[in-house]
Amino acid sequence: MSDLQPAAMVETRGLKVRFEQAGKRIEAVNGVDLSVSRGEALALIGESGSGKSVTLRALMRLHPERSTRIEGQIEIEGRELMAMSRGELSRLRGGEVAMIFQEPLLALDPVYTVGQQIVEGLRRHRGLSRSEARARALEALKSVRIPSPESRLDAYPHEMSGGMRQRAMIALALSCHPKLLLADEPTTALDATVQIQILILLRELRRELGLALIFVTHDIAAAAEVADRVAVMYGGRIVEMAPVRELLRAPRHPYTIALLASRPDGGLAKGKRLETIPGSPPDLAALPPGCAFAPRCRHAMAICSSQLPPSERIDSEHLVACHWAMGRSDADPYTQPRQEERMDR
Amino acid sequence: MGGYVVRRLLLTIPIMLGVALVCFMLVHLSPGDPLVSVLPPDASQALREQMISLYGFDQPYVVQFFKWLFNALQGNLGTSIATGRPVIDEVLVAAVNSLRLAVLATLLGFCFGSLFGFVAGYFQNSWIDKLASMLSIFGVSVPHYWLGMVLVIIFASQLYWLPATGGGPTGSDGWQWDWDHLQYMILPAITLSVIPTGIISRTVRAVVAETLAQEFIVGLRARGLGEAAVFRHVVKNAAPTALAVMGLQLGYLMGGSILVETVFSWPGTGLLLNTAIFQRDMPLLQGSIWVLALFFVSLNLCVDIFQALLDPRIERS
Repeated sequence: MSDLQPAAMVETRGLKVRFEQAGKRIEAVNGVDLSVSRGEALALIGESGSGKSVTLRALMRLHPERSTRIEGQIEIEGRELMAMSRGELSRLRGGEVAMIFQEPLLALDPVYTVGQQIVEGLRRHRGLSRSEARARALEALKSVRIPSPESRLDAYPHEMSGGMRQRAMIALALSCHPKLLLADEPTTALDATVQIQILILLRELRRELGLALIFVTHDIAAAAEVADRVAVMYGGRIVEMAPVRELLRAPRHPYTIALLASRPDGGLAKGKRLETIPGSPPDLAALPPGCAFAPRCRHAMAICSSQLPPSERIDSEHLVACHWAMGRSDADPYTQPRQEERMDR
Repeated sequence: MGGYVVRRLLLTIPIMLGVALVCFMLVHLSPGDPLVSVLPPDASQALREQMISLYGFDQPYVVQFFKWLFNALQGNLGTSIATGRPVIDEVLVAAVNSLRLAVLATLLGFCFGSLFGFVAGYFQNSWIDKLASMLSIFGVSVPHYWLGMVLVIIFASQLYWLPATGGGPTGSDGWQWDWDHLQYMILPAITLSVIPTGIISRTVRAVVAETLAQEFIVGLRARGLGEAAVFRHVVKNAAPTALAVMGLQLGYLMGGSILVETVFSWPGTGLLLNTAIFQRDMPLLQGSIWVLALFFVSLNLCVDIFQALLDPRIERS
């Protein structure tokens, strides 16, 4: 379609999102550069307030326009998102880019059946007749492997279980055959066993449909299940980005290292301490001039609190934004200095 | 659905019994001599006692209540002390008049209230929202008998556009759907509609605002639905609440328009209650309150059933 054939599915450059709330300015996203190619899956991980969901929603311009300022560039298949007209935008949403949410019970209209909601989207984007759309909706429910899909078509969201609702939400999102799926913590609200099923479903559907996926989560294990690459966010910035295996094997940023250390890996041995990250996430209304993680970082140096670390390449696919990591980039990443004393700031 | 309707219907039986008991007690516990309107002030003690036993006022309250209830269930609400006519006839004529007025006022209130509410909720904090909020607060707080008098002064006394009071042209017997009769309804209906307009618009605004703040609205936008489609979803979510409030308002107007019906001399239940109270006409008072309560309860029943049809989540709870 585009004359730039290798154009990325999504590309952002210097993306900034600011909210004006009651005279306060929340700097939620502070310069995010990311690129996802067709059929690729990227996971955005981070704590709450790290800007991952805000970044995701900006990719569809879903933030309320009056109170939000978006700077920087967002390109969807080479087209500038911020320059799109209302009509173009609504053709894009749901038609080319679809989204699934954390809590499908809240994200589906409670007074419409699942079938009605899928049909509505199909008629809007594909101009189908009511009966054609219904047949396609049934297909969509089958494709997400919902048990007895015929009866689910006429069920209301509250009549389904959590896992089934998330499947229905995925069916709804994929019914118009989008090329990019944005998933906003789709497994967070689910039981552990259902989580795995949904992750496996997403992975399979992605392969079947050649779908590009941006997957927001705070669960690094979930990210590893579906994503090709992982971007770790902190304070509205990407602090580290690498292919999944590389990131798990050789994390560079102290935050990533701490995040990996703070999960109960394969069941915690009795008496073993669960590592935690001291302090609390940064106040997005008053970000420090330097690295946002510096106040909680065990390796913080003088430069960290005054100067923002630039995003630098370690190799062709591994990016990190950290003064400390770049200073020791030739050192062995395995020797994580656990017993090292925290430096004074 | 059928099970829900039956359950809901059965529930009205204890409610109606309770209402009957409460209105019986209120009427009998309130001060005042029930025979004041039929007996001359200088009536002899013998005559007085004869009348008391004729109306059954000398029997124990429990007996009086069950007698009344037994008759009421067969459609016999007793005889008005003041007019000597059956209470049921008096009440039905008045109720039909009130209903006509209440329906018109509620429809006005529903149209304007929903309009203001949806617009205000959709454009929250805009000048349109503020204007609509101001109007609805005015509607709820202005004393409506005062508003009625002001309307009479402007449109009847000054402009001569509409008649000031009454339920139809003099000499006309009964209601007809023509302009001669309709013009008598306009001022009282407008006066009565002010409160439902205010209440419905406040409620609808709140529901619309609440609906718009829900996550699924972002979900709808993320599916590429236009503003018109989003608005349709909001309306369907807000409709059950708007409808419930409208039903309640209709019920209030049926019995609660005593002041306005008095100001306009509209021959409805309000005026009837007013007369019954001032004449200490206990059978009439008791009967009209009960009929109004019956009306209110069946209205609620309709609203609940209709709501269950509109909102799939209700039936299961």
